[in-house]
Amino acid sequence: MIATFLIQDGVTNGAIYALLGLALVLLFSVTRVIFIPQGEFVAYGALTLALLDGGKVPATTSLLVCFGAVAFLFDLWSMRRGTDVRTFLRSLALNLVLPGVIYGITIVLAPLGLPSVAKALLTILIITPMGVYVYRIAYRPLADASVLVLLIASVGVHLAMMGLGLVFFGAEGLRAEPLADDNYTIGALMVSAQNLCIYGATIAIIVGLYMFFERTLLGKALRATAVNRLGARLVGVRTHLTGVTAFTLAAAIGAVSGVLIGPITTIYYDTGFLIGLKGFVAAIIGGLASFPITAIAAIGVGLVESFSSFFASSYKEVIVFGLIIPVLIWLSLSGGFHEEE
Amino acid sequence: MKIERLLPGLAGIVLLAIIPLLPVPPFWLTILNNIGLASLVTIGLVLLTGVGGLTSFGQAAFCGFGAYTTAVLSTNYGLSPWLTLPLSLIVGAATALPLGLITVRLSGHFLPLGTIAWGLALYYLFGKIDLLGRYDGISGIPPIEFAGYRFMSDGSIYYLIWFFVIAVAIGAKNLLDSRIGRGIRALRGGGQAAEAFGVNIVRAKLTVFVFAGVVAALSGWLYAHMQRSVNPTPFGLGMGIEYLLMAVVGGSGHVWGAIFGASIVLIMKDVLQRFLPDLIGTTANLEMVVFGILLVVILQLARDGLWPFVLKLLPKRPGRSLPTSDDRLAKRTLAPAGSSLIKVEKARKAFGGLVAVNDVSFEVRAGQVVGLIGPNGAGKSTTFNLITGLASLTSGSVFYEGRPMTGDSPREVAKHGIARTFQHAKILPDMSVLENVALGAHLRGSAGVFRSFLRLERRQEATLLAEAAVQLERVGLGAYRDRPAGDLALGQIRILEIARALSADPAVLLLDEPAAGLRHGEKQELANLLKKLREEGVSVLLVEHDMGFVMGLVDHLVVLDFGTLIAEGKPADVRKHPAVVAAYLGGVA
Repeated sequence: MIATFLIQDGVTNGAIYALLGLALVLLFSVTRVIFIPQGEFVAYGALTLALLDGGKVPATTSLLVCFGAVAFLFDLWSMRRGTDVRTFLRSLALNLVLPGVIYGITIVLAPLGLPSVAKALLTILIITPMGVYVYRIAYRPLADASVLVLLIASVGVHLAMMGLGLVFFGAEGLRAEPLADDNYTIGALMVSAQNLCIYGATIAIIVGLYMFFERTLLGKALRATAVNRLGARLVGVRTHLTGVTAFTLAAAIGAVSGVLIGPITTIYYDTGFLIGLKGFVAAIIGGLASFPITAIAAIGVGLVESFSSFFASSYKEVIVFGLIIPVLIWLSLSGGFHEEE
Repeated sequence: MKIERLLPGLAGIVLLAIIPLLPVPPFWLTILNNIGLASLVTIGLVLLTGVGGLTSFGQAAFCGFGAYTTAVLSTNYGLSPWLTLPLSLIVGAATALPLGLITVRLSGHFLPLGTIAWGLALYYLFGKIDLLGRYDGISGIPPIEFAGYRFMSDGSIYYLIWFFVIAVAIGAKNLLDSRIGRGIRALRGGGQAAEAFGVNIVRAKLTVFVFAGVVAALSGWLYAHMQRSVNPTPFGLGMGIEYLLMAVVGGSGHVWGAIFGASIVLIMKDVLQRFLPDLIGTTANLEMVVFGILLVVILQLARDGLWPFVLKLLPKRPGRSLPTSDDRLAKRTLAPAGSSLIKVEKARKAFGGLVAVNDVSFEVRAGQVVGLIGPNGAGKSTTFNLITGLASLTSGSVFYEGRPMTGDSPREVAKHGIARTFQHAKILPDMSVLENVALGAHLRGSAGVFRSFLRLERRQEATLLAEAAVQLERVGLGAYRDRPAGDLALGQIRILEIARALSADPAVLLLDEPAAGLRHGEKQELANLLKKLREEGVSVLLVEHDMGFVMGLVDHLVVLDFGTLIAEGKPADVRKHPAVVAAYLGGVA
């Protein structure tokens, strides 16, 4: 009985880690960015949802407007030697109008006491454009940099985003209301509707990503960029566009993860980092390259975590993060990942 | 002249020495002590990140190992701090070594990711172990004593801390300015060239990682005896990230930049913590946001950090004169002319279904210049890689002086006395021309990490540099000796690579398309150099596709086409060979 409970718990968390792990592999393969701040999107998402539950206008909307404004300044700076009206208007629309509109929508809708699905969608709407701005502000100026420099920059972005989370949300933790309250019993197993939402969303996103990469031109462009950046550019793929797309997807996946995890655990401004790192453990097991291995490994991480929290609760984090050591040994011995740069 | 070079450093030391004697506010000393402790860690990171091209977010954990080792031993077992010092350092090294061993063979980003996870796990572990006092930590650590004097106050341990900082910084400079250091500095360029001259790059990576771990442990040891208590907080991931920030701010390639970076970050932190809360009206630790933004901004605007800007303000240091040396390096006894040097026998390399090299056999004899030619895609470079150990044979074998060297790594190939150049020149643009050439002589020196750190290998180092200078004169680049290698034109870089190969005192020289991409005049100069070397009796295997270039140079010509040997013999005969004509000019083969 305890085992089934632990397994269910592990799979539920593992599903969230899988989403994050997939986003990390996606970002790394397309942009070579090891995106440490992925977890911040999760925390932002969960905290936004929790504040919407309380009928408040979440601080992330102001943050979004700030991010957009800074991104616009970056665009202005790179346009300082002259530009055409279209580029200018596009930048204006993306960086100022879009966050403004989202801000307006949120102010109107937040106090109305929306149904939970609408609140979830609104949360995703607020968080997703942040991916675009984070890319524009932090990474696009570094597009030519090495993986190592990008990784160090990621740590900077993580610090800044986590700190901003503290400023805007405060140090107290929040817990969102579940998307649905019902419980179902399947045999001896009791499954909450929230857990079913998590499984459903994870599977939907995995299928969605698969379709995107297999069936759409943009998805193929992303894959081409992942295989060979220069080659992709030479055949006309705009690598900045693929970068923006990858970051948008990652932010959206982060927001969804936040919406899913917000109701099952209390989220603090810094919780996202630890959740994101567990996604990292999975992504590293997948060699930062394989989507299926990452997804399976994430479930494994969830299971290890839930069992160790039961049997050796005070060593839970040590065990989960310590997992990475045998993984690295195995990767090193199998020798598949050599220096390429 | 010597004094002029040392002047800025001496001025700095004198300034440091008198600060505690001045009427400065006491918190200045606290900050300076913290800067000193952080500088130690950061110097390690500079070597690791800026010089070696690796990085770590987990250095704070190594401080923790150093601090907890001395805390436990000096409180529970009453050991003297001077006894626990070597033990702390050993624990630092012993924990860095396995993590390094695990990750050095992987792509560069697995090490930092590993250190993030490891930094977190160890932080939690420090807080869970009873022996280490859990989250409360250990208190009552005795102060350091020397000849009856107890280093108790901020003002006294200050001298101890900065003594270590300056000693480690000078040692790190020494290490970089040595044979071992050239190997470490070559890691950033991918290390392929270094490996071709016998540098063990796995060992070089481990060396810097362990060095960084040991100096971090030293910092931890000092911290424990300064604070007189330890708890897990300063050894967490957050601090590890802060150390990396210091290295990036200072300038990740400069040892003195580490101290500069640590000063900027810690002073900023103090100012921010003091004034930001009043300004914004919250007590949240906002310096996190500022530090995060600072890290990204520095990487975007000044990727080499801020130290280079300081260097511009300092008076320019006079250039170094070439150390003179009366010693000569031992020379290899060359095989008698005409004896077999390299023998390739039925070498075959298949990439899946594509046979790039198809049972090719030929031989290079002592004193001979052999040309390996063929049109593009003929399999020349693959053959070359089979000999130099970069690619593995599918079947067949390669012999050196009659002994098999099939399967040898590039490093082992170098040890046989085979020196090479690269088709896409692999030089280290930031190092001087002389140092680039001296890298070639790596295997002719023997000084290790400790001798280099303590500068005990000066005599040998002078001999190596003198040899490099001789080879530079030999190829006619003597005038460019102290310029950064990145300043040279392509033709000169090719010649620099030849000088580097020559300084290995090779039995045979392997040149991979040395004339590719050169202008006519540069080709002429290169041809003249090769003719001169031939007259001096150097054996050469030359890969080229330019027929005209090799014709007047070589004694023996081997022609490949589609991976198969189609002709072999004296240049004049090969030139008329119908298969060769067909391969080069097209036509009915």
